[in-house]
Amino acid sequence: MVQERTLPQFHAPAAQIAPEEGLRLYEDMILGRFFEDKCAEMYYRGKMFGFVHLYNGQEAVSSGVIKSLRSDDYVCSTYRDHVHALSAGVPAKNVMAELFGKETGCSKGRGGSMHLFSSEHNMLGGFAFIGEGIPVALGAAFQSRYRRDALGDSSADQVTACFFGDGTTNNGQFFECLNMAALWKLPILFVVENNKWAIGMAHERATSQPEIYKKAAVFGMPGVEVDGMDVMAVREVAQQAVARARAGEGPTLIEALTYRFRGHSLADPDELRSKAEKEAWLARDPIKRFEGYLLEQNLADEGTLKEVRDRIQTRIDDALTFAEESPEPSPDDLYKYIFADE
Amino acid sequence: MAETLLFNALREAIDEEMGRDDTVFVLGEDVGVYGGSYKVTKDLYNKYGELRVLDTPIAENSFTGMAVGAAMTGLRPIIEGMNMGFLLLAFNQIANNAGMLRYTSGGNYKIPMVIRGPGGVGRQLGAEHSQRLEAYFQAVPGLKIVACSTPYNAKGLLKAAIRDDNPVLFFEHVLLYNLKEDLPNHEYVVPLDKAEIVRPGKDVTILTYSRMRHHVTQAVKGLEKKGLDPEVIDLISLKPLDFDTIGASIKKTHRVIIVEECMKTGGIGAEIIASINDRYFDELDAPVVRLSSQDIPTPYNGKLETLTIVQPKQIEAAVENMVALKV
Repeated sequence: MVQERTLPQFHAPAAQIAPEEGLRLYEDMILGRFFEDKCAEMYYRGKMFGFVHLYNGQEAVSSGVIKSLRSDDYVCSTYRDHVHALSAGVPAKNVMAELFGKETGCSKGRGGSMHLFSSEHNMLGGFAFIGEGIPVALGAAFQSRYRRDALGDSSADQVTACFFGDGTTNNGQFFECLNMAALWKLPILFVVENNKWAIGMAHERATSQPEIYKKAAVFGMPGVEVDGMDVMAVREVAQQAVARARAGEGPTLIEALTYRFRGHSLADPDELRSKAEKEAWLARDPIKRFEGYLLEQNLADEGTLKEVRDRIQTRIDDALTFAEESPEPSPDDLYKYIFADE
Repeated sequence: MAETLLFNALREAIDEEMGRDDTVFVLGEDVGVYGGSYKVTKDLYNKYGELRVLDTPIAENSFTGMAVGAAMTGLRPIIEGMNMGFLLLAFNQIANNAGMLRYTSGGNYKIPMVIRGPGGVGRQLGAEHSQRLEAYFQAVPGLKIVACSTPYNAKGLLKAAIRDDNPVLFFEHVLLYNLKEDLPNHEYVVPLDKAEIVRPGKDVTILTYSRMRHHVTQAVKGLEKKGLDPEVIDLISLKPLDFDTIGASIKKTHRVIIVEECMKTGGIGAEIIASINDRYFDELDAPVVRLSSQDIPTPYNGKLETLTIVQPKQIEAAVENMVALKV
């Protein structure tokens, strides 16, 4: 087991949250968890193909950040993109249909698990190569500033949240984009989901400075670490970063310390992570922790939480039916979408 | 009519399109305060401000990806590659994101962007600055590839490229920036997908593009004196190729010579030959001949550099041989 970092302390009771807002976060986390569990089931039953990277364990990050955004803000993701898309509002049925390669999928069955897109929901994409989504997210953030400052549109205060993993922070595009974002004060959140492992490469073996949030300082950018297993903590830092970005004060680097409960992808034998390490992180399950918080603070009771879970399970079941019953793309459309004017 | 240098024709195209559409902006290395290495963006920084003529750090892959993101969200970026060779550093963003993302996203996004700049073999600039890259990008789905060759077509094509809703790789040639031509005073746009018949003729079809058009034109002067009548076609669009124009010419001349600056292996000419075999094999009276540059890194030495690219005398000889059926 690699030396664990001390997780930053956050005292949730001090944070104000309305019961309906708490339930909204809970529902989003449950949606992510149940959706991914269903994906694993479908993959092992041979209904889903390709590389499928599941998000189990990291839900507090997606929900804490994306639910702090407005619907006209932008989200940019990686190959582990199902749950970011769901949090951004892409309907579960359209994500599931995409994984089944169906015409009703959010990318019309052309993208697959690692390439989820929805212009309607400002979901800029799942990007499958390490780091390549960061410049694209930077472009969306530049666009907001361009509209505000070059075109004089004072309503152009949209923020972009760009997600990526610890392994990506050793890639040049990470540093290049932090530089440009700080240089031009772009409204962007760089959200590192540090789950400690890049497939089989432990973070500490890949980087000379494992504390990623500290890398913001050389760009004159705020860098914060946060317990990525605590949705209230993630929400708190995200809200601050969004407020700064929206006010034109520039980017923030957020390092969320988290853990994936499954292998890198469903094709990964996951042999390198120790049992002790996995157990230590499973004990911090962000959903169980948030349930405990909601109950302790009297923001919800057991019945309400069960209602949420039942409702989401129905939605997942409906999504599965929708995906199974949807048509595949027509062979006549093999060349459709190559060019914009065709 | 106003006599205009090619680099100024490009500048006029950008200026006019930026005036016409405020979502059009330029980004790249030294495009702003410095005015561009070849002065294609001279003074535009003062006219349009630092966001619309954006000086970027030297980070090709990242600023190209940034342009993709800006294009996805409604802007129309024009990237200047200070030297098109630097685009090798941005290959991932050009191929995976600019080229493929529209398809991969099932039509969710369009990527209206232009990537332009000087390419080709200059005068003793050494291997890395004397690249012949067009063929490298040819296989990428979703890209349009255009090569301008005169001040007139440079201006009209660049305006069309900026208005196109797809990513367009726009090749200029480092040795053509100072060509002069009288340009119309009225606004005009040249379509991206049409080859240009430079000289109608009946004996043989010469397909060429970019600077090689001018080597061909030189060769034609000698051929005319010998009583030969070649048809010269500037391809303009390297992807997709304009087979309407190419095919009509082949049906007339039944002989084809391709003159290109790119390398022979996997080149633009290689693709054209394969397509001609598919479409017009029965029309041919002789195998297609291609004159390409050598499959080597461009050498610094002047004599070796001259040997690397096709020269007018070689074109003349190839045409004479072909017409005499000594192919």
